[in-house]
Amino acid sequence: MKVLTGNDLKTGAVTWWDGVQWSLHVEDAVDVGDHADAIMAREQAAQRVNGPYAIDAEKTADGVRPAHIKDRIRALGPTVRPDLTLKPADPEIGNWVI
Amino acid sequence: MYKYDQYDQAMVDARVEEFRDQTRRRIAGHMNDDQFKPLRLKNGLYLQLHAYMLRVAIPYGTFNAVQMRKLAHIARTYDRGYGHFTTRQNIQYNWIKLEQAPDILAELATVEMHAIQTSGESIRNVSADQYAGAAADEIIDPRPWAETIRQMTNFMPEFSYLPRKFKIAVIASKVDRAALRWHDFALRIVRNEAGEIGFEVYAGGGMGRTPFIAHKIRDFLPTTQIFSYLQAVLRVWNRNARRDNIHKQRMKILVHELGQEEFSRQVEEAFTHFLSLGQDFPQAEYDRIAAYFTPPPFEQGLSEDLDLSDPAFAAWVRLQTVAHQAPGYAIANISLKPVGGIPGDISADQMDRVADLAERFSFGEIRATHAQNLVLPHVRKIDLPALWQELRAVGLADANLDLVTDIIACPGLDYCSLANARSIPVAQKIAERFADLERQEDIGELKIKISGCINACGHHHAGNIGILGVDKKGTENYQLLLGGSGDEETSQAKITGPGFDEDGVVNALERAVDHYRAVRQPGERFIDTYRRVGMDGFKEAIYV
Amino acid sequence: MSDTLRFRDDQAADEPAVSLDAFLDQPEADSVRIEAGEDVTLLFPHLGRVRLVEIDFPRFRDGRGFSTARMLRETGYKGEIKATGDVLVDLVWFMRRCGFDSFAPNVAFDPAVVEASLARYPFVYQDSGDAAVPIWALRHPGLAHG
Repeated sequence: MKVLTGNDLKTGAVTWWDGVQWSLHVEDAVDVGDHADAIMAREQAAQRVNGPYAIDAEKTADGVRPAHIKDRIRALGPTVRPDLTLKPADPEIGNWVI
Repeated sequence: MYKYDQYDQAMVDARVEEFRDQTRRRIAGHMNDDQFKPLRLKNGLYLQLHAYMLRVAIPYGTFNAVQMRKLAHIARTYDRGYGHFTTRQNIQYNWIKLEQAPDILAELATVEMHAIQTSGESIRNVSADQYAGAAADEIIDPRPWAETIRQMTNFMPEFSYLPRKFKIAVIASKVDRAALRWHDFALRIVRNEAGEIGFEVYAGGGMGRTPFIAHKIRDFLPTTQIFSYLQAVLRVWNRNARRDNIHKQRMKILVHELGQEEFSRQVEEAFTHFLSLGQDFPQAEYDRIAAYFTPPPFEQGLSEDLDLSDPAFAAWVRLQTVAHQAPGYAIANISLKPVGGIPGDISADQMDRVADLAERFSFGEIRATHAQNLVLPHVRKIDLPALWQELRAVGLADANLDLVTDIIACPGLDYCSLANARSIPVAQKIAERFADLERQEDIGELKIKISGCINACGHHHAGNIGILGVDKKGTENYQLLLGGSGDEETSQAKITGPGFDEDGVVNALERAVDHYRAVRQPGERFIDTYRRVGMDGFKEAIYV
Repeated sequence: MSDTLRFRDDQAADEPAVSLDAFLDQPEADSVRIEAGEDVTLLFPHLGRVRLVEIDFPRFRDGRGFSTARMLRETGYKGEIKATGDVLVDLVWFMRRCGFDSFAPNVAFDPAVVEASLARYPFVYQDSGDAAVPIWALRHPGLAHG
């Protein structure tokens, strides 16, 4: 699947396109098919996202998994500070990245 | 240390308001990120992997307790309770919100700090010897010149859009603690035969994907001509650098392509022209600035005796303290490299504690080092036991300066949008492998430097052992390099061979260290042995 | 031309600026256009007949034009220096200090932003060939400057 990610303009937070708006959670990301460019142009023009780009991902039992490690780290947070990730309660969450 | 007057304060305040206005225009949609990016970068604001990142300048690595408390306050109020000291003696915050960035700059301005030109295609924060003003081996304190250069290079109109970044370093001793020749432009203060102070000038160094060691381009430059000379260098570069390929626009490439002689010839020609314009800063201005750097009131007749019966304290004194120019005093290094920690990271609470200790033991002064550690520059030797106890209470009493666990590492793929691989976990694994202090001391001085991509923020080219993270078909891969150095015998590390995965590179590094221990001669450091025996033996040991 | 922001009182040159090569070939030309990367020193022997130098910025990331303008002023050239192309309004103050005295950017500036930008900094740290007195000279009023 193709999903869209970017950063929130004002806060810089990593966001994912959920079909309606930008979510903080990668599991909300939807397949945008061939519409990536149109959505990105519209959302960027409306100042709702900064630096959006389309990536490959796959739908797994655990949710949406970006194909590249960089986007998995973006989705989760720094692997060396599990307390600052989106899943601070899960000590094994770093393994999801690798 | 230097203190802002009404003019310095007005300039920094104006910069805050300018950025507030620019940020407002960006959020209102009057600018796109392409247009806003160069403006925010010149205020140290990046868009990184997880959020905006703000890099705050610590000019020539010198700051004080009041400023440190402000840095702690910013970490707590606007970030997530910590900061990261960088290889350019700066501090950066990883979780900044754009809408709050102008407020942070305003807070910094209240303690005479800023983020001006800490990024972007500009003249960056000037770096210097972290022991300046305290080192026993300096011929003079280099910071007055570093501060003067800060003032002359901030908001320089002609160089508003340089081809690339431009990094300057200033030192005043034979021993190089600032990686002088890895800079675009570097000055070593020397005394000529007539006893006058001047600069030995180096140009064209830099790391990145095409590393070069700077060439000496002048033996002696009178200090009062530095503004003309700097303008000459910048103009030659600004006019002649390529503009078609961002990877070939650093000054090192121009120096390399023109050749050092032709580059120097053009610089000298432009220098003569600039001298004729009469724009140099007068001696009186250097004197005014130098007056702020008069040594603190050191006490006389202090005891040099220390009770070293506690082996942990003795190790800390042995490894973390350095000779001071004043009798009875020591330079105390604070390690930001605890085993298992993140190199250069420090919590807001620790920052506050360091500020307290600086006030109690070091005339309020603190230094940041390019190796991502801190320094209390002026500590009475009799205070060392108390200082050590206090540091221990906040987890800052590790003893490992310049040892195998004192690793420089860039933020890598855990934080950085340019990175190809993570750096910090590799540093942590190496530190855990070599955690035993007895083994570390047996190995001796060994500078490991890790970068998560070819931009080389982790200085891997200058590592006795360097590690470079690369992306190999979507997985992290690490190349091992040997033989680099950032000291006065500067050398560039060479790649050993095929790369490794994360555990593999730690094992390979350990085999290199074991080989060194097997073949070293008495008194030889790792780098000495490498230089004597060369790469081949190491290679055989690494790729068993 | 209506979008040109001009800081001069004299009459603007009415002939369009010609390329540097053409200018050197045409003794009657008085307006010349310098592209980024062209060597402005070639113009120096002919400055007596120049009324306008246009300096083009193909991309705002290309800062060569800053040196070009300042070098022209350092020869004593008093005619118009116009910035054209991809010019950032936030750099106008720095460009004024390099000697630019008119601006014809691809996208017209917002006059309010220009005004704010020019009024932003109360002082200058260093000489740039303009009339501004650097901070060091303000700190040492007894010392000659310039």
